[in-house]
Parts: sequence; structure tokens; C-alpha cells
Amino acid sequence: MGIRPKMNKEPFPAIYVRNVSMRFPGKHSSEHIDVLENVTASVAHGEFVCLFGPSGCGKSTLLNIVAGFLDATSGEILVEGEPVRGPDRRRIFVFQENGVFPWLNVRENIGFGLRKHEQTERERTISHYIDMVRLRGFEDTYPRELSGGMRQRVEIARALAANPDIIYMDEPFGALDFLTRLKMRTDLVRIWQSEKKTILFVTHDIEEAIQLADRVLVMSPRPATIQEVIDVDLPRPRDLDSPGYLEKRDRIFRVMGMSLRVGEAIAT
Amino acid sequence: MSATQAEVAVEPGSRASSRRNAAWLRNPDSRFWQTIRAVGMLALFFTAWGLAVRISHSDLFPTPGNVLRGIIELAQKGLLFKYIVASLFRVTWGFTLAVLIGVPVGLVLGWYTRAFQAFNPILQILRPISPIAWIPVAILWFGVSDAAPIFLIFLASVFPITVSAIAAVQNMQPVYLRAAQNFGLSRGELFRRVIFRASLPQIVTGIRIALGVAWLVVVAAEMIAVNSGLGYLIIDARNAGKRYDLVVAGMVMIGFIGLILDFLVRQLEKFDEVRWGYARR
Repeated sequence: MGIRPKMNKEPFPAIYVRNVSMRFPGKHSSEHIDVLENVTASVAHGEFVCLFGPSGCGKSTLLNIVAGFLDATSGEILVEGEPVRGPDRRRIFVFQENGVFPWLNVRENIGFGLRKHEQTERERTISHYIDMVRLRGFEDTYPRELSGGMRQRVEIARALAANPDIIYMDEPFGALDFLTRLKMRTDLVRIWQSEKKTILFVTHDIEEAIQLADRVLVMSPRPATIQEVIDVDLPRPRDLDSPGYLEKRDRIFRVMGMSLRVGEAIAT
Repeated sequence: MSATQAEVAVEPGSRASSRRNAAWLRNPDSRFWQTIRAVGMLALFFTAWGLAVRISHSDLFPTPGNVLRGIIELAQKGLLFKYIVASLFRVTWGFTLAVLIGVPVGLVLGWYTRAFQAFNPILQILRPISPIAWIPVAILWFGVSDAAPIFLIFLASVFPITVSAIAAVQNMQPVYLRAAQNFGLSRGELFRRVIFRASLPQIVTGIRIALGVAWLVVVAAEMIAVNSGLGYLIIDARNAGKRYDLVVAGMVMIGFIGLILDFLVRQLEKFDEVRWGYARR
């Protein structure tokens, strides 16, 4: 399998996962559930990688293990060459929804990770990221008064403001409506291009994966392994009608064993 | 409704405003009719009360007029203000102590599962005991002094506050916690910046319930353990000359002050720090 870091400027890949398995205990000891089985993957510095797979396949579990929120049953997880021992402020997790603190306004949420910074520098950083996620004018607004898309932008800004090396995103646009989702993807690509962060992004949306990623790691159903790695070497901004784009999309469909024509029997 | 608005838009000057008047007069849910309903029912209640006393030819039970005169009499003697202050003083102390102890204890028990396992049974056994049942014990421990009712008020309000704080922490959305862990907060910061803040709306609700209970209990406590306050007024007026006008006057004052206290705590729910916990998404 073509699992290799693409831009190997640093001695270690940003994220390196080897033979990771995850088993959740069931009701009885014999009924445990194998969620991940010998997953091996790596993400290079500055790379945008999507973890793609069917719902419930364990891609979120893998992300939570890499982020240090869950302990794998076995296997090795190295981030920046060091074993993961728990959540770390150098790698910020963006949750699916409601990850922003409802008791803080936009400014306070974005500044949450900056408590040790000097006042003027903190203000400058907050202001910078408010502009980046286009929330100027909403600094004093509370999350409950914002739309779902705006709340996610607050959370992305909160993550960026903490200046992490890596951002983990767990279906961050999954709860948004279709048009907002498209807009958020465009914004995320723009932000990623200017901030040069490593991003590991979980999605169950094929279009989303190909629109965003440098590489898509396609996961199999449970117990999940990396089934295929697809390099999306298309220039950005990406044209969703280009033959290259459609070719990548169809390839993922085939890997998933799905037909593009609704109602047609699967050939393989 | 939209038709009315359209008409208003084309009507010039004063006629437009009279149209708008007509709109709120016609709308049965306008502020005007809401007020009329509340005030009207109160007036009806007082009228029925007065009539009932007159028809029954009761010598002892006062009419609303008697009660009003009783309140004025108390105010002129300087007793009304004195008793209200005495009752509020005891509530303030007992209640403040309950908040200062109940909130931190609740946060800690909510957070540390093992501490919760250890202390929860004691809490659940003490909680259903009515503060009134503690009166003899309070007199034994504190004698006839302010400390006895303050202790009873503390007992009455500390449980709702503690229990609501425990529940608030236990029901906290895990995503807040994980976000906090992610940003590398220390234990102290975690409590101060996340656990406490996430629990605050539910704690405020507990505080509101506790203050209601505290006010109920101060009156009961004053009937036995002290010689001032609105509870004392009621018992004293009954014992010293069957002054039922003053008994009811005391009751009315208790009701009004309870209303004001509840109104004041409800103002807490308007702060941005807690409003998110009540607003529907």
C-alpha cells in the first residue's frame, strides 16, 4: 500500500500510526467489538489528509486515539516522533458541533488557549483570527446567537489561535446544511493554505474528502483497516466538474464497492 | 395581523396610532390584557375574601381592609421594618453560608466519582429530613438566638444547592471537558474556567429553589426560636390578644417579600454567563 509521507522535510512524519488495533469491551467478555485492526498510516508535515470511510467504521475512533483522547488496545502512535500520552495543546481537536464554550463570547472563545500570553499580543492574535474566519462584528456575540456555521468558524479560530502544529477535525461540518458546508470547505482550504498546518480530517462525505485533501485514506468497514490511499494531486481551487476530480471520486466509489447508478447491482 | 400592519403603513399621523391601539386592545394576548387578567383576579380575590368575612359575621378573621390597617399600624410602630429586617438578616446569613459551602462541595462531589460514592448516601439520608424537624436540635445546640434559625435556613438551602451542583457537573457535556483537556488546563483552571462555568446555569436554578425554601423556613424557625421577625410576629399576634388582622398582615408581608426575593434571583438568570443554559437551541 502506498502509505508514505509526501513531503519529508523533517526527520519524522507529523503523524505516524503503526499496527494500531482497538477493541471495545462488549456486555460480556466474549462479545468485545473490534473497531480497528492493524491500522498503519502516516501524515507529513503541512499535509491535509482526510480519513474517509462508511459511518461507524471507526475513523472517529482512530482520530480520538491519535489525538490522545482514547488509548489504543495495541499499536504505536507517534506524533512529531513522540508517543502520544494524552491530549496536547500543540494539537487541537475541532469537534463535530457545540465544541465552543457557550458561556464565553466569540472573542473569549478564540482567546481561550491564549491565557498565558501578554494582553496586547492576545488581543492582536484574537483580532487576526476573527478576521480570518470572517467574524468581524461578532466579537461580543455569544455562541447561542450564532448560526451553526459561525459556531464552527469560532471553533476553528480558537484552534488556530492556539498556534498548534496539527489540527484534528472530526466531521466538523457534518451538522451544517449543504450550502454552508460548501462555503466552510472553501474557507478551510483558504485558511490551511495561509496557515500551513497539518490537518487530519475525518469525513464520511466523498466530495468533501476530494475537495479538501492532499491524500484520502479510505477505510474499510469494521474492523477497519486502511483499504486504499488516494493521492488527490489536483490543483486548488478545485474544479468539481473536472475529469480529474470525477476520476478520483469514482475511484473511491469503486474501492467502497458501490455503483454510481442508483438501483444497479454491484458488479464485483 | 399583516393586513393591519399594511393599513397602519398607509394611514398618516394620529389615526395610525389609534389603529395600533385598537390592535393591542383586540389582541387577547397583548401586555394590556395580561395585566388586566392578573390585576382583575387579585381584585376579585380580595372582594370575595371581604364578602366572605362579612357574610360569616366572623369576629376574629379580618377583612382585607383590617389587614391593610394592621400593616399600617405595624409600620407606624416601627415593628414592620424591624421584623422584615430581622427575617432578611437571618435568611441572608443562612443562605449565604449554604451557597459558600454547597457550591464548592457540589462541584467537588460531582467531579470526583469516588468522593460522590462515599458521601452521597449521607446526603440522601439528610436531605429528606424537614428543617422543621431540626428545630429542637437547633435550640439544643444554639439556644434561643439568631444562630438557631440561621442554622435551620442553612440546612434547608444547602441541600438543593449541593444537589444541583453535583447534577450540573455530572451532566456536563463531555465535549467541554475534552476541549479543556486539549488546551492543557491545570486542575484549578479546569474547575474555574470550565466545570464551574458549565455548571452555573443549573447551580443558579438550585439557588433559586433554595432561596424559596429558605424563606419558608425562616418563618417557621422564628415561630419558636426567637423573639423578632415575621414568623415571630404571627405567633405573637395570635398569642397576645388574638390579633388576627396582624397574623394575616404578617402572612401578606411574607408573601410579598418572597415574591421580591424570587424576582431578584431570577435576575441572575439574565446574565450571559448563564443564559445559554436556559435558551433553547
